[in-house]
Amino acid sequence: MKFDSIFDLVPLVVFLPLLGLLINLLFGQKLGEKFTGITASLATGLTFVVSTLLAFGLNATPNPEPIKLFDWISLGSFNASWSFRVDTLSVEMMLVVSGVGTLIHVYSIGYMHSDVRHNGDPARYRRFFLFMNLFIAAMMILVCADNFLMMFVGWEGVGLCSYLLIGFWFEKGKDGIGNAEAAKKAFITNRIGDFGLLIAMFLIYWNFGSLDFGTVFAAAPTVAATHPTAMLLITLFMLLGVTGKSAQLPLSVWLPDAMAGPTPVSALIHAATMVTAGVYLMARSSAFYALVPTAQTAVMWVGAVTALFAATVAVAQNDIKKVLAYSTISQLGFMVAAVGMGATVAGMFHLVTHAFFKALLFLAAGSVIQGVERGLHHLKSDVEIDPQDMRNMGGLRKQMPLTFWVYLIGGLTLAGLAPLSGFFSKDEILVASSQGHSAVFVVLLIAAFFTAFYIGRQILMVFFGEPRSAAAAKATESPRVITVPLLILAALSVLGGLFNFPGWLVMDHWLARTLGEGEPLAFLWSVAEISFALALFGIGFSWLVYGRKSLPKDQPDPIQKGLGPVYNGMSHKWWVDEFYGLIILTPYKAIARFFAKPVDLGVIDGAGNSLAAATKSLGTWLRRFQNGYVRSYALWMLIGLVAILTYLVLR
Amino acid sequence: MTPQLFVFLVIAAIAVIAAVAMLLSRNTVYSALYLIVNFLAIAAIYLSLGAPFVALAQVTVYAGAIMVLFLFVIMMLGAEKLKEQEPLKWQRPLAIFLSLALVGEAVYALTSHIGQDFLTQPPTDTLADPKAIGALLFNQYSLPFEITSIILLVAAVGAVVLTRAGKKEEEKS
Amino acid sequence: MIPLVYYLGLAVILFALGILGVLLRKNALVVFMSLELMFNAANLVFIAFSNFYQILDGQTLVIFVMTTAAAEVAVGLALMVTIFRHRGSIDVDQTKDLKG
Repeated sequence: MKFDSIFDLVPLVVFLPLLGLLINLLFGQKLGEKFTGITASLATGLTFVVSTLLAFGLNATPNPEPIKLFDWISLGSFNASWSFRVDTLSVEMMLVVSGVGTLIHVYSIGYMHSDVRHNGDPARYRRFFLFMNLFIAAMMILVCADNFLMMFVGWEGVGLCSYLLIGFWFEKGKDGIGNAEAAKKAFITNRIGDFGLLIAMFLIYWNFGSLDFGTVFAAAPTVAATHPTAMLLITLFMLLGVTGKSAQLPLSVWLPDAMAGPTPVSALIHAATMVTAGVYLMARSSAFYALVPTAQTAVMWVGAVTALFAATVAVAQNDIKKVLAYSTISQLGFMVAAVGMGATVAGMFHLVTHAFFKALLFLAAGSVIQGVERGLHHLKSDVEIDPQDMRNMGGLRKQMPLTFWVYLIGGLTLAGLAPLSGFFSKDEILVASSQGHSAVFVVLLIAAFFTAFYIGRQILMVFFGEPRSAAAAKATESPRVITVPLLILAALSVLGGLFNFPGWLVMDHWLARTLGEGEPLAFLWSVAEISFALALFGIGFSWLVYGRKSLPKDQPDPIQKGLGPVYNGMSHKWWVDEFYGLIILTPYKAIARFFAKPVDLGVIDGAGNSLAAATKSLGTWLRRFQNGYVRSYALWMLIGLVAILTYLVLR
Repeated sequence: MTPQLFVFLVIAAIAVIAAVAMLLSRNTVYSALYLIVNFLAIAAIYLSLGAPFVALAQVTVYAGAIMVLFLFVIMMLGAEKLKEQEPLKWQRPLAIFLSLALVGEAVYALTSHIGQDFLTQPPTDTLADPKAIGALLFNQYSLPFEITSIILLVAAVGAVVLTRAGKKEEEKS
Repeated sequence: MIPLVYYLGLAVILFALGILGVLLRKNALVVFMSLELMFNAANLVFIAFSNFYQILDGQTLVIFVMTTAAAEVAVGLALMVTIFRHRGSIDVDQTKDLKG
């Protein structure tokens, strides 16, 4: 590797995590937990350093050439190489992934130390960090790729790591296979999305003759003019890929189940990075979407409906992580809707701020869960309670003050209260939708109201009121290795608004170098006021229902009386899983059973078996000719002789 | 009806009748003797076809040596009268039918392809005298000749070995 | 002289009779003798054609056949003797040990 420019450092972003993986693989078990954790965090940290160096490099040269490592596939006219693209969009993603990733790695050193002891298998500590480093490497491949094929490698890689990490405690969960089932569900649902992306890639190659980003996006307008249907299909299939990876409807069902993995996994993969890969893909392909208005409408509506749907479900969930999972789906819906509207910068801004505050919320939730587990451990009683169920918590702000404050900051950012970062990013999206897409604007507003309501509900249920279980009463604060990353993330959540503060519009200009100069969105005071008011209303309403008096334990949720059957629907996530089970799984299983028993066993095995049986019966029949009498053998010879003679005579 | 044809028919009749008699006879010694008659008739036909050496060889080797050997063995093994129940009932009619079919087809094929125009030659003195046969045997057919001698050697040794092995077993038991 | 087909026809009849003997008689010795009959039928064909074409190769071949038949009879009869010693009978149908 020659180092003439700073950009030649880019392969390191992939190789550093792989190096960390290798070191931990070979020496981790011997050198202990601390070594493993520090190596993994260091690898990710160094990746962050490299990313910042690249960012500084980009200040000088805005659009460097892609760095080619080597030729990968060269078949006839199809060429794909392993080359890294360093531009503002990819560096932005790199910074987010490696930065938040490093914080989560440090957090995991402490978290997993308790988690493996709580779940009874300390030897698995090393495995966790191996998979995490592998994930970072795969995610880096995804964001730095210069062609669709390499990006797909990263795409699949993060899907694989998600599977491995969701099923980390593979023998636990419902009936002993619950976690494995959740991992399988994630992988399979992702696969359906990957299928869409693959078809899109095939179509791209077919129509453009290449998969390189440079070639393809430059030729996009020409191809859109000559083959509009192809372009439409490409964008729609890509949308399918995005719904799979970014958990939009109809493929959002895997994300809530993915909470079966350890909390740092939920934070890193299912909040900050992997699920945003879909948004990144669409941002990268904005050249395509700009040319196909139909696809843009489709994307926008998929995002908007998902945002509302998930926000309603989050209101009625009782597991602390499930609320955050549905919240992630909802916020991803916001991002996808933004990109669909053409406001790519708004979508990417929300991606960055969401990475900060959602990771913060998840990590803080992990701190809460471990606090309750510590309380449970203190009690030393035989009572088994679910440490993740919010109905068992309450009043934790007295026991875990630091966690409470950071959680509050994260929650208010999510709700979109100014001047926290979430306000600015969500506001930009709302402004974009208010200009020309009024229906979507209304939907997103309703979703924003629900967002504020459910996060207020969560904070009030967990931290305020009286402890609803003895374990909660005995909860203690988490150690510094856990709380320090929380503090850093909280700071980022507060200050993140500066990344694209209206007027300065740093990110707009930054991304414009890659995505082209678009019209930056003006800051509309009207929209800002509406969204701020909605956030206040949401939080205020939640205080009315949950905050005025402490929620006693074992009582049903107060809004259940008010909403009745709607609450039922919300808490059962509108029965999506059951619906899929009915229309897809049951027929599929019936078909599979049909093909297994009658077709496979009956026809195919039967064909083989009947061949054997036929041979056997033929043999048995032929055996009768060997009766041992020499004279009958001679007779057969005579019969043959006469037959040949007859044939010759008659010919 | 030329004299040659008449003679031929008589001799042929003798041969066929002797063969049939050999088949039907219940006494094995009689069968052997009928076969000797058959051989002699065939030797006569050989003579009429101008193969004197072969005819004499037939009489000497076949009728003289082989059949005598047969008779020796018949005497040794006892010319028993075997019970004639057929374990394979349909064999007899089928065999007869097939043999008749064989004869019929062969005759049909022969007459349609060869026809009655092809006539055999009368015997000459010089064509098939032993000198000529000897010349052929030792020049063109010398290899088969030598191999035949080996066959005879093998047969002789084999016969001795087979009967000796049997004897050894008998002595053991 | 005499048409060739007469000799061939005679040979065919003798051959068929030999086959009948092999198939219909149970006495092993009679079977052997029928076999000799078949050999003779074949020899007759050879001699007939040898005369027809006026060459000697047929006769030479007949000599070979005779010698080989003699060798075969020797070995066969030795076998017969051995079998008789084992079983006490020369019934062909008794030797069905190789029944499948």
